[in-house]
Parts: sequence; C-alpha cells; structure tokens
Amino acid sequence: GVDIKKSFYNVFNSRRRNFMSMDHELNVLKDDVKTGSEIFVKNKKAMEELLLDLQQKVEKVRLGGGVKAVERHKSRKKYLPRERIDYLLDPGSPFLELSQLAGHELYTDDLPSGGIVTGIGSVHGRLCMFVANDPTVKGGTYYPITVKKHLRAQEIASQCNLPCIYLVDSGGANLPRQAEVFPDRDHFGRIFYNQARMSEEGIPQIALVLGSCTAGGAYVPAMADESVIVKGNGTIFLAGPPLVKAATGEEVSAEDLGGAALHCKISGVSDHFATDELHALAIGRKIVKNIHFAGITNRSSPSNVMSEESRDPLYSPDELHGIVPADARISYDIRSVIARIVDGSEFDEFKKLYGSTLVTGFARIMGQPVGIVGNNGILFTESALKGAHFIQLCAQRHIPLIFLQNITGFMVGSRSEASGIAKAGAKMVMAVACAKVPKITIVVGGSHGAGNYGMCGRAYSPNFLFMWPNARISVMGGAQAAGVLAQVERDKRRRDKTEWSEEEEEKFKEKVMQGYDREGHPYYASARLWDDGIIDPADTRRVLALCLSASLQTSPKETKYGVFRM
Amino acid sequence: STQGEEIPKAKYIKKILIANRGEIACRVIKTAKKLGVRTVAVYSEGDRHAKHVTMADEAVFIGPALASASYLDGSKILATALATGADAIHPGYGFLSESSKFAELCKQKGVIFIGPPADAIRAMGDKSVAKSLMSAAGVPVVPGYHGEDQNPELLQAEANRISYPVLIKATQGGGGKGMRIVHNEADFLESLASAQRESQAAFGDSRVLIEKYISRPRHIEVQIFADKHGNAVHLNERDCSVQRRHQKIIEEAPAPNITPEFRQRIGQAAVDAAKAVGYVSAGTVEFIVDTISGDFYFMEMNTRLQVEHPVTEMVTGQDLVEWQIRVADGEALPLQQSEVKLMGHSFEARIYAENVPKGFLPAAGRLQHYSPPSASPTVRVETGVGEGDNVSVFYDPMIAKLVVWGRDRSAALTKLIDSLTKFQIAGLPTNIGFLKTLASHHAFAAGDVDTHFIDRFKTDLLPVTQSDSIHEPSLPKATQYGAALAAAASVIKSRQERPDGLNSIWSSGSGFRLNHLYTRMLHLDWRPESGDSTPLPVNLKLTYEKLGNILVEGDKVGKIAVTGKQLPGDGSNLRLNVEEKSVPVSLAQFSQGNTSHIHLWEGDHHHHFSVPVPVHDTDESQEHKKSSHGRHERHPAQGPGAVIAPMAGRVVKIFAANGTRVKKGDSILVLEAMKMEHVVKAPMEGVVKGAELEIGQQVTDSTVLFQIESWIHRV
Repeated sequence: GVDIKKSFYNVFNSRRRNFMSMDHELNVLKDDVKTGSEIFVKNKKAMEELLLDLQQKVEKVRLGGGVKAVERHKSRKKYLPRERIDYLLDPGSPFLELSQLAGHELYTDDLPSGGIVTGIGSVHGRLCMFVANDPTVKGGTYYPITVKKHLRAQEIASQCNLPCIYLVDSGGANLPRQAEVFPDRDHFGRIFYNQARMSEEGIPQIALVLGSCTAGGAYVPAMADESVIVKGNGTIFLAGPPLVKAATGEEVSAEDLGGAALHCKISGVSDHFATDELHALAIGRKIVKNIHFAGITNRSSPSNVMSEESRDPLYSPDELHGIVPADARISYDIRSVIARIVDGSEFDEFKKLYGSTLVTGFARIMGQPVGIVGNNGILFTESALKGAHFIQLCAQRHIPLIFLQNITGFMVGSRSEASGIAKAGAKMVMAVACAKVPKITIVVGGSHGAGNYGMCGRAYSPNFLFMWPNARISVMGGAQAAGVLAQVERDKRRRDKTEWSEEEEEKFKEKVMQGYDREGHPYYASARLWDDGIIDPADTRRVLALCLSASLQTSPKETKYGVFRM
Repeated sequence: STQGEEIPKAKYIKKILIANRGEIACRVIKTAKKLGVRTVAVYSEGDRHAKHVTMADEAVFIGPALASASYLDGSKILATALATGADAIHPGYGFLSESSKFAELCKQKGVIFIGPPADAIRAMGDKSVAKSLMSAAGVPVVPGYHGEDQNPELLQAEANRISYPVLIKATQGGGGKGMRIVHNEADFLESLASAQRESQAAFGDSRVLIEKYISRPRHIEVQIFADKHGNAVHLNERDCSVQRRHQKIIEEAPAPNITPEFRQRIGQAAVDAAKAVGYVSAGTVEFIVDTISGDFYFMEMNTRLQVEHPVTEMVTGQDLVEWQIRVADGEALPLQQSEVKLMGHSFEARIYAENVPKGFLPAAGRLQHYSPPSASPTVRVETGVGEGDNVSVFYDPMIAKLVVWGRDRSAALTKLIDSLTKFQIAGLPTNIGFLKTLASHHAFAAGDVDTHFIDRFKTDLLPVTQSDSIHEPSLPKATQYGAALAAAASVIKSRQERPDGLNSIWSSGSGFRLNHLYTRMLHLDWRPESGDSTPLPVNLKLTYEKLGNILVEGDKVGKIAVTGKQLPGDGSNLRLNVEEKSVPVSLAQFSQGNTSHIHLWEGDHHHHFSVPVPVHDTDESQEHKKSSHGRHERHPAQGPGAVIAPMAGRVVKIFAANGTRVKKGDSILVLEAMKMEHVVKAPMEGVVKGAELEIGQQVTDSTVLFQIESWIHRV
C-alpha cells in the first residue's frame, strides 16, 4: 500500500504543480558537488580513515571488560549488557546507543563505555531508555564517568518522557574514588533523586536485578516502580555477607541475605521472581507492555510524526564523506550537508540574503518538520539577529530545532563591536536558551567561542548532541590559541628581555596546537561526556530522525523569553 | 408423464432458503443472485460469522452448533422458510438433502423442495430396493448370489454364471474374515470350504454370498438431470476413483481413457436408472467399472447435487444450480441430450483440513492465512470460509474446492498443479501438499486410476514418517534456504509496516546501530509436512546491513544477501532480490497458543517454521523447582507417557479411568470428529493418570488427554 500511496502522492503533487507552478521546486537545494573530483576523493579517504578508527574503537568497547571477565560472566548464565538490551528490544528495533566512548583514555584503568551501556530503543512499540551496568568492567562499579553517564541517560529520559529500564548488575560506588562519586550534587545519590522525580512525573522506572545490587545500588530496584530479580544471580542488600559478619557476627549466604526468594516472598523489595535471566528479560517486556500511557503527555504525536511521507534526499548521505574537507581550516557550504539530510533535499530558506553566514530555514526529516540553523562562516551582527529571529519563529510554531555547528566564533574588531555584536549574540543566546522546543545539535566542524553558545552547545541543554569524527571543540581554534598565547609569551619575554628564537616560538605554538587538538578531539569530548556520541556523517539523517521522534513524547510548551537587550 | 400434470402452474421462485452452510450454501447463493432470486441463509451457533451468512440477503439463526439441533432439524428449517416467505428450499448436499421425510414435509407445507420427489429419494435410499429396481429396468448391477441355499454345487454353478474372478464373503462377515477371491473354477470348492470354516469359527455361521470380484475398480458416475415433464438427460460422466477413507479427493470430467461409445452406454444406463424411479432435478448415478473387462455396474444413486458438480459445469458450460431452480419452477430442461456438449477437461481437488501423515485424520483450527489462487474463467475456488475463519469440529473439514479447466486433460492437469502450488493456507494442517504430489504422479498423469490408487502408490504419495525412516533426520538444503528467505522476508516486511502507534521510525525494524552493524541469531524450528516428526532446529545469523540489505548466514546456505520489498495487497506478498535472482514469495506470520509460526511460499515449496519459546517456570512460589533453560523444549507439560489428542474432536467413550492399570496398546478412550471414530491407545504399560475428561467433551489437537505413569517406578 505504501508504494501506491507514495506514487499517488508524487503524481498528485506533480499535477498540482502543473496547475500551480508557484510551488515548483523552488526549495530544492541545487548541488554541484563533483563526486569524481580529486578533492572529493581526498576528503572521502580522510573521512573513511577517521570512521574506520572510530568503528575499531567501538568494536573494542563492545567486547566489554576483557576475555576473562566475559567468560566468567557467561559461565553464570548471564548475558552481556548489549545482549540483554537486544533481548528486551522489539526484534529489529533501532538502538540509539549513547556515549559509546565514555571513559576512553580517561583513567589509568581501561573503562570500556564507562562501565555502563545506555541508549534508546523500542519495547512493544514504546521508546525506553536503557541503563545497563557492565559487570565485566570493574565489577560494574561506578567510576565518576559511570555516574555521569547514568545521570545523562536519566536527564534525556526525563526531558523526553522515556520510561527507564535499569539492568542492574553492579558492585555500587567505586570505593577508591568515593570522593569523586559520592558527595556532590551530581554524584551517586542523584540517581535515586532522579528516579523519584521521574516517577513523580509519571515516567515509569523499571529495574531488572540481574546481578548484585549492593549498598547504594540496592536503591535502584527499591526506588523502581516495578522490579524483577533473577534467582541465583540477583541479590539486593545494603551490606553483603562479609560486612554483615563483621558487623553483627551473623553468618548468612548471599542468596538467603538478599536473593530472589527473600525479596519476592518475604521482604517485598522485588515484585517479580525470574528463574533465569531470559525469564527476567521476558518479564521486563511484559512490564513495559502494561505501562499504558504513563509518561506520554503528547498523545497526538503520532499524527505529528507521520503527517507526511518520508522521502529520501535527492543526494546520497554517503557523499558527505567527500564533502567535509580533510583540512579543518577549509570552509564548506552547510547547504551541501542540509541537502543530504532533509526530505527531498527541500529546504525553505529564511532570510537567505541577510546575515548570510548563518543559514536558517524549514525542512522535514523523515516526515518530521524541523527548523535548521547552520553555520556558513563567522557570525556577524546580522547573522546573530537573523538566528534569534528564526529561533523565535520555530519556538512559536512548536517546530524542533536542529543546529549544525561549524563555527569559529563571532566577528571581532572595532566595527563589529560598534555594531553591537555582543548585544546581537546575546539575543541569539537568549533565544536559544529559552526556546521550549526539542533541540538537537550536531557538531559538523569547529565548535569554538561564543558561537558554541549561540549554536546550542552542551551548556544549553539540547535534547541530544552528537559530533562528527572530524569535529573539534574548544574555546578557540588551536592555531588561533597558539597565536594568542605566543603573543602573550612574546610580550612577557620582551618585558623580561629574554631571547625567544623563531624556532622556539614555532615549537611553543606547535605544543599549544597539539594540546588543543587533543583536547578538542571528539574522542576527548566523548570520553568526558561533552557529547552524546560520535556519529558517521552518513548516519546523521537517521540519527536526527530517531532523536526527533524520541523528543516528541512531550506536549508542546509555550516559550517565554527573558529581557532581550535591544 | 403423470407427475407433470400434478404440478400447479409454475409459481416462479422468488426467494430461496438454503438449508445448508459452507461452500455449497455460498454456491447456491451465487446462482440465486444471478437469477435475481432472493436468498435466506440459516446458521447455527458455530456459524454466526460465516461467509454464507454475510452473502445471503437475510440470515436466520436456527440453533446450536451440533448439526442435529440445527442444520438437520427439518421442522425448524421449514418453519423458518415459512416465516421468511421463501418459496423454495435448496438443501445443498449432506444434511437434509437426501431426507425423503423432509421432502415430503416441504410438499405438505407448500414449499418447493429443490430436488427429487420424496418417492425417488426413498427408492434410491434403500440399497437393496434400488438394486432390484435397477436390475428390473435393465441397468447392470454387480452380478452375485445372495440366496439361502448353500449347496456347494449350486454355489459353484452360481460362481460360474457370475464368471471369475469371484469373491466369496461370509454373510455375517467383516474385517476380511471368511473372505476368498477365486480366480478359476478349479479352485472354487476348496476356497469355499475354507471360507465357510473361517466364517463358522469367527461368526458361528458358515453361510456365504458370492459376488463378481472387481480387481481394479474405477468409480465413474454420471450426472443426470430430469424435469417434471418426463424429460431426462445426462451431462456426461465424472471419474472419482481417487479416494482416501472412502471419500473422494480428486474428481475429473470426462473420465480418462474411455471411448465415446462407453460414454454413450453408461450415460444411457444412468438416464434409464433415473427414469425408473420417476426422477426429477439433479442426480448422480454411481457405477463401478471393471477396468479389466470394461464392464460397469450400478452402485447407487445420489439424489442431490454432488460436491463435485463443478467439473461437469466446466466441461458442459452449464450452471447446474440454475437448472435445479428452473426445473423446480416447473420449466422443461434447458437442453436436449444432443445439445449437451463436452468441452475440454476439468479437475476438482478438495482442500481438506486434515492430517495426512496421521492417516488423513480430520483437523480443525483457525485459517490464520488463506490465499487461494486468483479466480479466472478457468480456475474456480468454491469456499465458504476466508482468512481468520475457523474450521470447526462440528462440520465437514473441507476448506475449499479448487476447480480448473483446460483444453485437454494434460492442460487441465498443468493448471491443477499450478493452482495447488498457489493455494496458500496456514494455521492448520491441510492436504494441499498431498494433492500436489498426487496430481504430479506419473500414473495419475496417465489416467491410470482406480479406487486403490492411493494404496497402490502409497510409498510415492505419503511422507515417510521418522519412525519408519532408517536415516537420521536432517534438514534439506531447500529448507534451510527457505528459512533464510523467510527470515529475510520477515525483516523486510516488518520494515515496511507502518504501525499507527508511536515512533514509526523506531518501530521500522531497521535494526539501526551506531558505528556497528546489528547481528542477531535466529532460531527456528522446521515443521515438516509429515507433521508427526519432531521439528528440526534451523539456526541462522542475520546481519542488518546498511542500505537495507539483510545478510543471512546458515550452515548449509553460506551467506545470502537479500533485499526486497512488499508488494501491494494484503501485505503477505513480497519480491525478494536474492543474490542475482528476483523471486516472489509469500509470508504468513502469526501466533497460535504460545508459539509464533512463520510460513513461506517460494516456488514449489511451502515451508513451515515455528519460533521456539524459552520455557520458564512461571510459578514463582515454586522457586525450588529446577529451572529449565532449554530453548528447544516443546511440550512443557508432556512427560514420556503423556498422550496428546491426535485430532480435535469429541470424547465419546472412555474405557480406562484414572488409576486403571493398562498395557501398551490398550484402548483408553475414543474420540469422534467428522463421523470418524479414533481409538486412543496407551503408549506404554502403566497407570492412567491425569485424565480429566468427560463423555461429550471437546478437545483440541494439542490437548494432553492423559498420562501413563510407569508403575514400575512407583514402588
């Protein structure tokens, strides 16, 4: 039926266009990218190298905490966290894994994926947030980044009204690092605070206890709306048998102290008794089936989502590999990116001739309407004003915003300052901060300076933020920083009257640039959860569509703004 | 004729009540609609949503599902006809169609019975009366001696008269006891003596009868039609030799390998038979034909429209139901004998819900998927059911009749095999595969048919059950290939489905993963058509590649890359691109009980797989019980001595109650379905346990009837 409908749609549309030539493909982006050109081939090669490295890193973290730990884990008839999630998901459901490279080269210890797997997928047609401990990584204990990743998953769930499924198999807080995981606001305790607050909002909290759940961890199932525990493998207690013996002298087995039978029959800490892990996962799916409309505040969203057929872009998203310049200093037209992520490559551009370094306009991504804000160079006063105007339009119309960041910053200089660029930038930042529509940011190039703020950087709580492998994020570009720092150093030397050879200066600059390059690299950012993951540019359209759909569970909200400096 | 004068002037039938159900009710309604005659359907509790009910202009509820309280309740049906103002009743076949009492009752109440007069029904209903009537009218009957005089010389003389070979049968006989075939006179007396001895021993009665023995009998029947003005014609013959359980499954017209002269003779005999009983309306005279001598003998006459009447319609170009209605209305026959044509060849295959490997036991269940070949002037599908309907245990398990026509027999046969291949049914066992094998058999193609056909070629026709097979069961390559396509088709289909629910992009089945590809192990159980053998596991690895490719890997198929798309329509048809080929397939997926089933039709194959369900001890309080991890455990409740109902049916007799000690092979209970009784026996020695059944209880074909607990272990 779909194809007939589609072809009918096309026929109908083209006929209508014959009669009403006013709509005639004005909005289709023309693109003259030469896929055979030398530069295209060179760019493509560079991007594919980056992607290969990324895929290899992801492949490695997917193996978990090493062969031995995995073997021991499997010998207990347990599955790996991603396998557990696959069993819970509807067959063939997409799974949008978040922050795959969390913890990458962050500690002296290897901590694949930060010791916890998080992501979004569909269970009985309902989108859920999965938070799965990986007990093969340091026994599933919480390092600081583990806590941060857990909290980020909860933040997304809360923002998008996604039921949370916690697959618990963890030794609790990592004791040697207790100072970095226990006391602060966004530390371990926040997990349970979030559970309570989400449950309050009506967002279901489900815990499947597939392994240990000790001390603070015991609160995950205890705070859950509904919980399952596996016989033999699952235990919940505030203190394990050794601690109990030390404290009270009581000798008791783990199963008797906090096993499935105890918690399902006597204590009531858990609700469902599972005979094995698969059984627990099957019960988990049943629980989701029974949550009805809990958490969905936007019951009309399906019609929003599918109001129009999804149409492929005219140009293949794969071509993005050859469009992104191998050399980050070379700029490129953001419309080439837009043409490869929106339906039919149709983009209704807004204020095209004004403030042209910022590209704004309306489009659809897999049928879902979006407003796109993309950078085509440095931001001028006009660009910022245009951005603020466009963001207001989208907020008023409840249209989700997509930010495509490739920004070195705002224009500097006396003319710029005199034109009130700080004021204009502030307007854009105000608009971004206040717009109550789903916001998704993709860093497709540089993300530097106040441009990061105006373009909805991490601090502006976009619903999702992803980076391309070629992206860089830092207060300013490496070369720029090297120049600035070298200038400062030169001035200092001049005051101190010490020699500074050109060679030394070059070395100094090189070092600064290297540092910036390392710290601005997507791996560095992803390791620290400055983003939600690194994606293949060719997957951007799909990831955006999934994120948009996930963001539309909440009902539209009215936007109010603070004081705009006029 | 005298009868013609009795008829009041034609009153023109304007409304017909159809005292039947299923395909024949639908068939009659179709013709009635064509003639502008309104229709009244009747239905039982079991048929509330049946097709015939929705097709009729009006429908009246007549009682419970049990036929004796509904479709066989003549007075209720007649009252319904009167209440709805129907001028006539069409009885279809079965039920009241051959009840002279009902025909009589109709006449009394002034409702036209679309069929023969009660007298004719009565005359043909009594087999021995019919035979002597026919004999008197010069219609050949099977020669024999049924006399009281048992003098051996007389018996021998009779045998000589009948001519050899002859059959000596015990008068009280049954089960082959006291039965002898004698091929020549020299052997007669000796055979007689031994038959008498055996008969005496078995029945305490040595009396015998003698009949002509027909070693290779064919069943050929002639369609006749007579009107109320004394005219009678035949519309050629049908061959219905191929039978199982004494029921026809493939019929054809004309009969293969007969001469026009034979047709003329047998046709005339049939017309004579009809005239001898003052017949009116459609009737069928059945003959047994000796393939060796070429002689034919009257067997019986069916005084109604037959199930297989469409093959006659196809080769004569006539609508027999229309004839019936017009004749009932008092019109003369539309055609003279010389005007009856014979064009081309037609086959009918009866699609039954039945379990072929279990000796053609009737089956029941839901038509989860029902997709017949598309109808055309040369392909007719007569049915009373559609997808989602149930084939109930209360009535005949025939699902549909597939009728094809070709310019000659081999053209018609090609069409038949093709149409059977395209006949897709899932949800219950059917005989489609068996019919296809049968139709493709070389002897059938040669027209070398007789009533022992299936028995004669059973090694070619019937699946070898595992217990008979000396080989280890193994998975055919075609099956694994089928499994791979089924898996890919299922993924492709789920991808194109756009459920109305939330997050259509999320439920698109794309298997999208970030920075890696999603792979998934798929475990299927192959359910071969020889349904009683254990399902064999098929293990596949599916990779969801970019650009919508599905990469399937399996032991015997290597790696197959599949893409494809769903075709317009009900969504079950897909076009797959498999490596270099483009192939059409049909896919049906559904859950029955706790099991998911996947059916795939591809080329000549129909593959059936189920998805194994992990077994969990769901009783949470019994946590001390050993947990079961088996992915492939199939009957959780089934111990070694558990006995599962072989078919859906009604318990009619219980021999051994709980606690009874039984030996292996002892009868425990009797199930009945579709007029067939099936004795359920103990599979091993032990004590009957867990039999919580009552007489009259309905069971499904997966019900655990009882268990035999080995009492050796009970000490």
